[in-house]
Amino acid sequence: MKNEPNSINLLRWFDPRNRKLGTWAFILNRITALGLTLYLFMHLIVLGTLARGPEAYDNFIKLAKTPIILIGETLVIAAGIIHGLNGIRIALNSFGIGTRYQQQIFIGLMVVAAGCIAIFVKSMFFGH
Amino acid sequence: MSTNEWSVTFEVFRQKKGQPAHYDEFVMKVDPDEYVLDVIERIWAYTDRSLTFRHACHHSTCGACGMRINGTEKLTCITPIREVTRDGGKVRVEPLRNFPILSDLVVDMGEFYLRLDEAKFPQVATLKEACLPFERKQQVREDGNFERLVDCLECGMCISACPVALTSPEYLGPAVLAAAQHALHQFNDKSLFDYVDNQDGVWRCHSAYECTAVCPSNVDPGWRIMDLRKNLLRHQISKIFSR
Repeated sequence: MKNEPNSINLLRWFDPRNRKLGTWAFILNRITALGLTLYLFMHLIVLGTLARGPEAYDNFIKLAKTPIILIGETLVIAAGIIHGLNGIRIALNSFGIGTRYQQQIFIGLMVVAAGCIAIFVKSMFFGH
Repeated sequence: MSTNEWSVTFEVFRQKKGQPAHYDEFVMKVDPDEYVLDVIERIWAYTDRSLTFRHACHHSTCGACGMRINGTEKLTCITPIREVTRDGGKVRVEPLRNFPILSDLVVDMGEFYLRLDEAKFPQVATLKEACLPFERKQQVREDGNFERLVDCLECGMCISACPVALTSPEYLGPAVLAAAQHALHQFNDKSLFDYVDNQDGVWRCHSAYECTAVCPSNVDPGWRIMDLRKNLLRHQISKIFSR
């Protein structure tokens, strides 16, 4: 409804108090989308540095193996998996499939996401 | 009614036109089985005659007394005190979100009702359509219960709970989209596709389903929005192949 504009309302998107599971899904989708968009820009900037020659490439590989970058990559993979699986729920619902079971579908998909993330973490940090 | 007496602090949102918002506290002796609206009426009757709020039927038929109780949208006439607090506890009473505030707990529902009209929602149902065997074309759930938009109280709580409506004032909102879905189903009025097929219509919903969670009449606006999307997609695809 035509309410007075209030910039604080944007922050209220991320306030899960007194909300149901659907809002948690909504919040997760927004956070992961913002994270993935940020990653895309960072990725393009890093790719730009590789054009500076073999030395720049070697330096980047050295940097990519540091724990902070590995944790960052884990977060990117986690965000991609969560966003993608949650997107499947929304797409199914939009075709009228499973609307009444959206909470159960969300829980099921997040369990799958947790499993996938765990496998990725194991192979990334303990795989060698 | 129980014979208990609880002491409960009511934090009531106050804002008169052009003045800053604040909360007034009222410590009230209450029966835990009485309803939140009963206490609000007592505050008005015995403590503060300047408090404004809407109410009418007192039995969840009119939808006038929708407010936020401790942050969640509730019909205050059917919300027992014991459901929202404890002895010595607090109850925060606030107006609905996403509507302009007129005074204290009263919000401006005018535009909402106009939008319901645009979505061809009959705000007064004829006796024939309101009673058994329900609506012209029945929508039956998997569990055998009937979907009845005629049960919608136009309380606006679904709009208040919707996180998308927080930042998109032009978004039609759950009740209006549910009304469009209903009109489309009942009367096959395809002009409603144009009404909802835009960025502030059926595609703006982000599937949080808070509307369905707070609906006091089990109208299930979330399901109706998704059904509308499905039918809209079907309509668009059939248009491509019929060219």
